[in-house]
Amino acid sequence: MSKSTSTTIFRKVNIDEFDENNYQDEVVEADQVAVPAEEEIERLLNSKKNVDALQLLLRNAPITSKNQVDKDKAHQLVIRVLTMFKASEVGDAVNSLDSNSIDILMKYIYREFAAPSEKSASVCLTWHEKVYAVGGVGSIIRVLTDRKGV
Amino acid sequence: MEKFSFGVDPITSHAWNRDRTQIAISANNSLVDIYQKSEEGWEKTQTLNEHTQRVTSVDWAPESNMIVTCGSDRNAYVWIQNGNDEWKPSLVILRINRAATCVRWSPLENKFAVGSGSRLISICYFDKDHDWWVSKHIKKPIRSTITTVDWHPNNILLACGSTDFKVRVFSAYVKDVEAKPSGNVWGSKLPLGACLMEFGGSGGWVHGVSFDATGNRLAWVSHDSTINMVNASANFAESQTKLKNLPCHSLQWVGPDSIVAGGHDCWLLRFSVDDSNNLTFEGRVGFSRKRTEEKVTAMSMFQSLDKRATVEDDSKKTSIHQNSIVQLLIHTGGREAVTKLSSVGADGLLVVWNQHSLQASIGGSTFDMLAETINQVNIASQE
Repeated sequence: MSKSTSTTIFRKVNIDEFDENNYQDEVVEADQVAVPAEEEIERLLNSKKNVDALQLLLRNAPITSKNQVDKDKAHQLVIRVLTMFKASEVGDAVNSLDSNSIDILMKYIYREFAAPSEKSASVCLTWHEKVYAVGGVGSIIRVLTDRKGV
Repeated sequence: MEKFSFGVDPITSHAWNRDRTQIAISANNSLVDIYQKSEEGWEKTQTLNEHTQRVTSVDWAPESNMIVTCGSDRNAYVWIQNGNDEWKPSLVILRINRAATCVRWSPLENKFAVGSGSRLISICYFDKDHDWWVSKHIKKPIRSTITTVDWHPNNILLACGSTDFKVRVFSAYVKDVEAKPSGNVWGSKLPLGACLMEFGGSGGWVHGVSFDATGNRLAWVSHDSTINMVNASANFAESQTKLKNLPCHSLQWVGPDSIVAGGHDCWLLRFSVDDSNNLTFEGRVGFSRKRTEEKVTAMSMFQSLDKRATVEDDSKKTSIHQNSIVQLLIHTGGREAVTKLSSVGADGLLVVWNQHSLQASIGGSTFDMLAETINQVNIASQE
């Protein structure tokens, strides 16, 4: 017989923790990806090598890293680089990226969409349009499904 | 191409009999309907009514003429026709505590595999001594729901896809019903439940797996909009192609080097495999249906504006299927050379795709549709 009780604390016990067959997310080994230094990116931007700066950042995105500081820093840098492009250069820049970089760039764009600043929002919309034209809905699906966020 | 509508409900699963004159269809409920082909289209002959919850998968063994169904009620039934051509069910002892999700007869039809939400695969076979269907479990190292299974042509190996994003190849050797198998490229020791290979791990839920005709290559589609392939005879070389489209749900080898896949994109997509195991997207299958040009009168324009806030009726897609494709099956031919494919979708349509004979020589996989053979029959469901 169950007793009527006013306590509800037992309802908050996560019983799945006690199931030894419980699904556990795969532990992904964090690759040692060094986020490119700010000075390096600055140097490339100053010498008008915007595309190189973008490629460098996307190739070395800390997607497996657990260090939120690294991720934030990389994100700030990517957005900074994106805002440096003129609207007319965006299409060519996107076309120079490989398919992996396209997917990662889409992740950065969606991360910015989640908390846009006044300046970046319109820039990101321009980029989104061009990246979508290359990557299609498939790349948006991969932003949604991938556990390895940026 | 032939197109048939089986009502408005989405179709979860379909299965053909041996000579393709009958089809078993489950329309997202607890029933499985058997239709007989007639001159006017399809005629319902019997309803298999035994499941108490939604049927998730149906498979029809062509040679032995047995139907197996499984459902969310955690049961599977094997249906056998008695002398009066009536289908009679017999319960399968699955021993699972979550919904069964997928079922497939083995190529020799002496056993079948049932994937389930209780993180295991039941390999079921007929126990003559006790006169019923019993099962053995493949448990390790599965940690999540099995969404799809496919048998290797050798009747021993089984590939499965699951919601932990992984594709695994197991040995499903049951010593009670078959002789001890010899090793092959996938592995040499084959006790029941041996996990020979494991692939994937990033991305999304695996929706469909398929062995090719030789059984050396395995392809799968997953929810991150990718199609993947591994070649066991080339040192397990893996390749992945990222799609621009929405994710695929089902796939089928249709030739030695070609795959057709379909899913949320509503189109069938064609892929080719080259000698270095690269998958290439070839294009969509079939033509795009032209929107019928209707005369726009002022009245209809304003009516349309009023009803739908648009001048043009753009609610219809240009693809044949009007909603996600759920399952692809071979209609005619083997995996080395398919000449007809069938697909069902969430739009309640069954489409049989012909191979365009003229283009057959190019890769052997160019399915096309002949507009004049479109034959649409509406069958009112459940009057």
